[in-house]
Amino acid sequence: MAMIDRSFTIIIWIMAGLVLLAFGWLVSDVVVQGAPKLSWQFLMDEPTRSGREGGIYPIIVSTLLILMTALVVVLPLGLGSAIWLAEFSSKSSKRVRTTRLILDVLAGVPSIVFGLFGYAFFCGFLDLGFSILSGGLTLACMMLPILIRTTEAGLAAVPQDWRKAGAALGMSRTTLLWQVLLPYASPAITAGLLLSIGRATAETAALIFTSGYVDRMPESINDSGRALAVHIYDLSMNVVGGDKASYGSALVLILMVVIINLSASTLSEFWLEKKISRLK
Amino acid sequence: MSNGLVKGNAYTLGSIEQGEPCCDPIPHFSINNLAVSYHNEMVLSNVSLEVYKGCITALIGPSGCGKSSFLTALNRLSDMVPGAEVSGDIVFEGENIFDASIDVRALRTKVGMIFQKPNPFPLSIRKNLELPLKEHGVRNKSEIESKIFDALQSVGLWDEVKDRLQSSALSLSGGQQQRLCIARALILEPSVLLMDEPCSALDPISSGIVEEMIQRLAGRYTIIIVTHNLAQARRIANYAAFFWMTERVGKLIEFGQCRPLFESPQHSLTAAYVSGEMG
Amino acid sequence: MSEFLSPPKNIDRWLGIGLSMLMGLVALLLILIVAFLASEAWPVIQGDSWARFFNSDGWYPLENKFGLLPMLWATLAVSVGAVVLAFPLGLGSAIFIEYYAPRVIGKPFSSVVTLLAGVPSVVFGLWGLTELVPLINNVHPPGASLLTAILVLTLMILPTISLTSRSALSSLPAHLLQNSAALALSKKSMIVGVLVPTASKGIVGGVLLALVRALGETMAVLMVAGNVVQTPSGLFDPVRVLTANIALEMAYATGEHRAALFASGLLLMVLVICVVWMTSRLSSGEVNGYD
Ligand SMILES: Nc1ncnc2c1ncn2[C@@H]1O[C@H](COP(=O)(O)OP(=O)(O)OP(=O)(O)O)[C@@H](O)[C@H]1O
Ligand SMILES: [Mg+2]
Repeated sequence: MAMIDRSFTIIIWIMAGLVLLAFGWLVSDVVVQGAPKLSWQFLMDEPTRSGREGGIYPIIVSTLLILMTALVVVLPLGLGSAIWLAEFSSKSSKRVRTTRLILDVLAGVPSIVFGLFGYAFFCGFLDLGFSILSGGLTLACMMLPILIRTTEAGLAAVPQDWRKAGAALGMSRTTLLWQVLLPYASPAITAGLLLSIGRATAETAALIFTSGYVDRMPESINDSGRALAVHIYDLSMNVVGGDKASYGSALVLILMVVIINLSASTLSEFWLEKKISRLK
Repeated sequence: MSNGLVKGNAYTLGSIEQGEPCCDPIPHFSINNLAVSYHNEMVLSNVSLEVYKGCITALIGPSGCGKSSFLTALNRLSDMVPGAEVSGDIVFEGENIFDASIDVRALRTKVGMIFQKPNPFPLSIRKNLELPLKEHGVRNKSEIESKIFDALQSVGLWDEVKDRLQSSALSLSGGQQQRLCIARALILEPSVLLMDEPCSALDPISSGIVEEMIQRLAGRYTIIIVTHNLAQARRIANYAAFFWMTERVGKLIEFGQCRPLFESPQHSLTAAYVSGEMG
Repeated sequence: MSEFLSPPKNIDRWLGIGLSMLMGLVALLLILIVAFLASEAWPVIQGDSWARFFNSDGWYPLENKFGLLPMLWATLAVSVGAVVLAFPLGLGSAIFIEYYAPRVIGKPFSSVVTLLAGVPSVVFGLWGLTELVPLINNVHPPGASLLTAILVLTLMILPTISLTSRSALSSLPAHLLQNSAALALSKKSMIVGVLVPTASKGIVGGVLLALVRALGETMAVLMVAGNVVQTPSGLFDPVRVLTANIALEMAYATGEHRAALFASGLLLMVLVICVVWMTSRLSSGEVNGYD
């Protein structure tokens, strides 16, 4: 009995150790190989010789532009839908259940399929071509289900007491939403937003046939622009001798994503504290 | 009374004495054959009674017998509860509140509600009072100021918070929060206050303060209070209604003036309940 | 009451309608996606021509042979393999955090898992390509293979399983722990016999979520799997999965070839819809009898 218990403990520790080991290997590899490349120059220079040398400045700019385009679309659509789901719909209605199923499916659609759709719809049907605009719109589609889900969860976690209080005072849902519910849920909503930005920053497959490959500085959002993740893919798969630069870019990308995700988790933690202090 | 109560609704009619009717009984709510069900399951049926203007009516009865359900029907908060259905008539100030022509939001400004758990908004004390006012169209700065002053005065909170109106309402103690919620309801100049166990989440001292305040508000407001504290009901109410569950459906067993109901109940169930033998 | 100017009563209604229209747009997106995939794939799926995806013996676009089966098997092999490996590791690490780790280790360990969840898939691919592939090449060339893909994907979906399992475990009612402690169960039997079964619904949900991620992963698998179109017969075989195939050939495909790629996108959608449907059945309590 004690024997079994002990070996189970050991197995659990070994599994945790394995996870840690794999993570350590991955991260140390990226840091060790990427760090020598990392410098102010690298961030601020144009890439040369297909990216083997030079920097990644236009690529960072394109990445940010793509993200910004996506945000402009995803914010009103995502927040609006989430608010409708959380505050304006009756939870048990058939319509809401169908909508939820649709959102679950959307959340599971492979990013390459979003890429195909963006290629056919934005680049082709709407005639936007390979452009930052097409890429941003495709990313927006991908981010929507994540943002809706986290925003809705944030609103659902707001105590019901205040909705009752507002209704008993004859206040409109709209006022209550603006003045009480949204401000209270804002850290959770922001955390969700950051999380979806993190996902979008890391995205490759949805962008290869939508925002294009060109590593020049984009002149407008109608220009093609290469995202950082696409750059890493291209350097490691298509450019012989691009490994070093690829690792440098990977380090930059990881740092970006880590910063975004850390701010998200700090915010959620802050929010949790706020909730707990209310309970006291 | 010397405190700064809102003037508009003063219909104090004579002195308030325990057990006596506080006034010539003028019906404020006439409830006829009210029934409440959730998801087609009846939880309260066949309730008919009159709630008299300016008086305190206490609702007593065991847990689950439908007191809260009754209360939420009176300001149609039941509209918000998924699956809830109310039938019967409630005539309030001459109109049936279930009529299609009724403006529910206006009804709710006239019939304020206080909940068991104090629920001030997570905003400053001032904002908590300002928000409902602005929502109902009061924009004038000085009018808002004076209404805030009046409301806080009448719940006895002014002196305690006048220096920190900007701080969060959640930083107040439980009792203060509950009084703030009452002030927030009063600021809309209602004529009725519905209170669902307003003292049960508070410590004995705060509970005493709130109770005292409720007594001071009687006369100016019609108050309907749910309480599990029979001694409290006896101390403050003019009328009492006793609910009981038979076959999982709540019924009104007895209704009448408070003292007689406690001292010489007509119904054996009431007698047993108020003497603490059951419930 | 006349001094209260009632604000526009309809504002709630209008806002509700406006917001529901936004929601409608989002829902429309799914229909749009399916519609566009289908219309682009139309030339090769109309009538009964879709049958050739499943009975022709290989993927030779130049000869108009579009057999998807080898890549479908590869997709399933990679995904299922990764889930099989990631499940014990993910659940184990969740159990570790919840019940075994001392506080000083538990907190940083769970941050590690969260960070791992955020690592971009190209970075996993890059690491797999430059570290794992050479390593496996030493054992059995060429290195880029089903096994490599499974290993990289395992690491990628492990955080999903770990995070969802952990949240399922940590939301178990406290009395369960006390009850089983009162029965003097050993820690292991408490976890294996009581806690994990009770949380099984949430854990299985997490596994299905991970499966969806695995089926849809493109870049990481593309970079390490070797991309030879063949039905996998061994762990060291290079394989090509459906997603990678789209990424590799879309850039130059035309005509029927292009339509076939869109059709394989549709096939992926069908796979995902199946798993999501299973998940939703699970969460509405029609499958797993527990609870
Ligand atoms: N939202 C709801 N949905 C379904 N059933 C409900 C709902 N609210 C109350 N009920 C049921 O209606 C019955 C009456 O509940 P109600 O809250 O009115 O009782 P109560 O007398 O206020 O009890 P307590 O003294 O515990 O507050 C109970 O059986 C309760 O389970
Ligand atoms: Mg109640």
